[in-house]
Amino acid sequence: MNRDAGRLSLILLFAPFALWIGLLIVLPQIGIGYVSLREKVGINEYEYGFSNYMAFFGEPIYRNTLLRTAWMSILVTALALVMGFPVAYYIAKMARRQSRAALFLMCLIPLWVSDLVRAYGWIVLLRETGVISTTLVDLGIISQPVEMLYNDITVIIGLVYTVILFMIVPLVSTLQGMDDALLEAGYNLGGSRWTVFRRIIVPYAMPGIVSGCIITFMLAAGSYLTPILLGGKNSSWFTEQIYNQFITRYNWEYGATFGVLLLVFTSFVVWAGLKLTGQSLATTVAKD
Amino acid sequence: MKLGTKLLAATTMMVAASVTLAQAENLRILTWGSYAPEELVKKFEAENPDIKVEVTFSNNEEMIAKLRATGGTGYDLAQPSHDRIYAAQVEYNIYKPLDLSKINMDQLSPNLVEGVKANTTIDGEVYAVPHQWGTSGMMANVKEAPEAKSWLDLCNPEYKGRTSMRLRRTILLGMGFAMGMDPFALYEDKDAYQDMLDKVTAKLIECKDNIKTYWTGGDDLSALMLSGEVVLSETWDSTAFKLYGENQDIHFIPPETGALAWIDTFAIPRGGEADDAAYKWINFVTKPENVKIMSAATGALAAVPDAMSLLPDDKRAAVEAGFTEADMDNLKFFANIPPGIEDMEGLALERIKAASN
Amino acid sequence: MDDLNCANLVKKFGDFTAVSGVSLDVPAGSFYSILGPSGCGKTTLMRMIAGFEAPTSGDIKIKGESVVSLPPNRRNVKMVFQHLALFPMMNVGENIAYGLRCRGDNKADIPAKVARVLERVGLPGVQEKQIGQLSGGQKQRIAIARCMVLEPDVLLLDEPLGALDLKLREHMKIELKQLQHRFETTFLYITHDQSEALVMSDKVAVMNAGRFEQIGTPKELYDAPASGFVAGFVGDSNRFSGKIADVRGSQALIELDGGGQMLGEMAEPLQKNAPVDIFVRPEALTIGGNEPATTLSGTVDSLLFNGANSRVLVRTGTGELVEMADAMQASGVSEGAKIDLSWQPERARIFAQRAG
Repeated sequence: MNRDAGRLSLILLFAPFALWIGLLIVLPQIGIGYVSLREKVGINEYEYGFSNYMAFFGEPIYRNTLLRTAWMSILVTALALVMGFPVAYYIAKMARRQSRAALFLMCLIPLWVSDLVRAYGWIVLLRETGVISTTLVDLGIISQPVEMLYNDITVIIGLVYTVILFMIVPLVSTLQGMDDALLEAGYNLGGSRWTVFRRIIVPYAMPGIVSGCIITFMLAAGSYLTPILLGGKNSSWFTEQIYNQFITRYNWEYGATFGVLLLVFTSFVVWAGLKLTGQSLATTVAKD
Repeated sequence: MKLGTKLLAATTMMVAASVTLAQAENLRILTWGSYAPEELVKKFEAENPDIKVEVTFSNNEEMIAKLRATGGTGYDLAQPSHDRIYAAQVEYNIYKPLDLSKINMDQLSPNLVEGVKANTTIDGEVYAVPHQWGTSGMMANVKEAPEAKSWLDLCNPEYKGRTSMRLRRTILLGMGFAMGMDPFALYEDKDAYQDMLDKVTAKLIECKDNIKTYWTGGDDLSALMLSGEVVLSETWDSTAFKLYGENQDIHFIPPETGALAWIDTFAIPRGGEADDAAYKWINFVTKPENVKIMSAATGALAAVPDAMSLLPDDKRAAVEAGFTEADMDNLKFFANIPPGIEDMEGLALERIKAASN
Repeated sequence: MDDLNCANLVKKFGDFTAVSGVSLDVPAGSFYSILGPSGCGKTTLMRMIAGFEAPTSGDIKIKGESVVSLPPNRRNVKMVFQHLALFPMMNVGENIAYGLRCRGDNKADIPAKVARVLERVGLPGVQEKQIGQLSGGQKQRIAIARCMVLEPDVLLLDEPLGALDLKLREHMKIELKQLQHRFETTFLYITHDQSEALVMSDKVAVMNAGRFEQIGTPKELYDAPASGFVAGFVGDSNRFSGKIADVRGSQALIELDGGGQMLGEMAEPLQKNAPVDIFVRPEALTIGGNEPATTLSGTVDSLLFNGANSRVLVRTGTGELVEMADAMQASGVSEGAKIDLSWQPERARIFAQRAG
């Protein structure tokens, strides 16, 4: 009796998680995978095979957009790491205990507004008649207003801004666990600042770096609004291709194929990144 | 066992409760931004206290995608454009036939009703009635671009870096007309249509350098025009009319090949659960006194007799500044899109977007 | 020549003076300890020597050269940290090689040096082990090896035994002393544990409230403490408070606060009526009465057996507990028995009471 009740409550506790994983992650993926193998041959007539995938590899627009998305996402990840590391280090190691929470909160604030609003924030700042351009003209630094929107650099800035928090948070939590004595030992044994950084701080922070990079890369590659709104006429992003297939072209088969390809390709990039840097998930993210 | 029984009872109660909730009349409308002004929703709910209106703003493509994904459920009333119904219905079966006897047809303008009927009748059943209509054309700041009159002027180097367009099918069609072709006539001949698309694609890729950016929504476009960053753009007339109120140099310009006219309709999704409420809403918003409120919000003309006089004064002035009698006669109403056309157009649009120069 | 000299070192943190005017000279090859309670400034002193804190004033010389302006990585002073600070992401061999690589040693020589130092600390062949696989004592020795491989002029040890369990700590005391002999390097050892300091050191500086109270050999500190603080802090002592009733040459008769009188040797010149503490070591007490001024009477409260360090606790008539040494419980007293304790007046030392 009692054991049954215990078991039942265990099942009930576990159920939301299982449902979440099952209904929101596994099932849609199966559905997407299934649709991606379907080829439309006429109205409500379908055949099954890999023709959608062949079509992807046969069309340079799609290939190039995927490569471009991956390449720019890698750049965004690298920039987020380079910019996020000092911030995280400052918050975790140098800021006083009281100001740490405030600093952390300041990093979080941008998350309280939606992607859309943040993108519009950048638009207001960077557009030809925007704040920065007008200020520069008023100050006499430039004579003509400049358009700072609608190029790849703006997209990268916007994306870095959007994802950097997801780099900072894991970094802060790993760096906070680092005993200051490790750094002092590093100096004491003759290490320069650079040596201590490279041989002690970075290896120590590696779990945070790896998880931060994976999260930011995935977020960047999967983002939609920021590249579209800030990128303007030349901003091809792979998620936009997926959207276009599903929405503009009513082509769910291609859309699903592209979705699968994005997942596979980004996973591959993460795998390759881990291999190239000699890391593995077991020794970093899943480290106890 | 006892716990199990209790749980079962609780679940039953919850299910029962949600059923009751669903029975309370909810009218879920899937429509365009500004097509359900707050004022009208309140008034409607006051007149029909048992109905609660929920509005979801969307656009043609997303409306169809959403209804396709749910098999036509989740909404009780949708407002796609007249040319987007036929293919979607044939292919995805997402709407149900309308019961015209429940609609006050005499509130609607007969020629538009006939036009929509012609476009949306399948197997003798009518699937849509008109609500608002308007056109896509260009808008220009007439101080900066007084000469603009053709779609091709968007690619005119004189306005380099100061034009804009929305990268959707409208611009493909407009360019097709401007380049001396008739896309609607080519709809049935896929090869000829592809040929036209290829020419238009080449033109628009060549033109890409000339434009500042592709706009994606009305707000976006308004900001570009009002700031003066863009002086000539493809537009919906309603957006142009709104901007006219803020800057009287911004005029709607019907292209010389004719503005492209669309009619946004009322259609009932196949899984709609509040048909009566939907009909009530249709009859409510087409009443002359409500049309005034609606048109003030949308900036478009209602599909009712004497729609012009029901426009607010500033909008009427804007329409008069944009349209002549001849322009009205020259309107090109969007023709029904046969299945498959949008896929071809989509690829063309992707090519344009991906091209770089 | 001395390996390390500190002259008049001062360190202030805002209004707080952590180290105030400390001087010390550490001869080459000696085991030198700084002993003091927590918060006495000994860690700050050590961090200044290592270069992690800059002194507010004063000078630090290593092998006669001032190092005050040198950054920590350019001082040939290595440090064993309280929690050892072994690098968890490197294995044992890499931990030891770290310093060699920083110093720019020839890559080919490094493995041999690592192997040799591991042998010297008695852990040959553990290069490939991860830090987490080592026992507490092994980690200790690796931390020392990591420093010693660099042949430092001075090795600083910041309470490195604090984290070990008692048994291991006792063992490591001896081990550390032996290592120091083996390497013939100057050790500067910081601790709050007087037994560690006494057992291992050639010389001990007792530190309190930012100053040195006394510097001397362990025996000097034990037998001739220079202040009440040292007398109380170094070794076990029975302490009584009172006033000087009568000065008799170098000796004085104390009127105890709780009643009764005690005769002892003044460690510093004192006037009649001065408030004083009198310290008597447990081993200075013997059973059996004497003159009233050198006798305490009481009952045996409890017997604490600890081999050669066994104690008898005696409750005096005024209610104070007094510890008496009773090696191997040879005296044979039993709990509850009436007992008289007496001492030689010269082994009871009188110090002026000081605030704190």
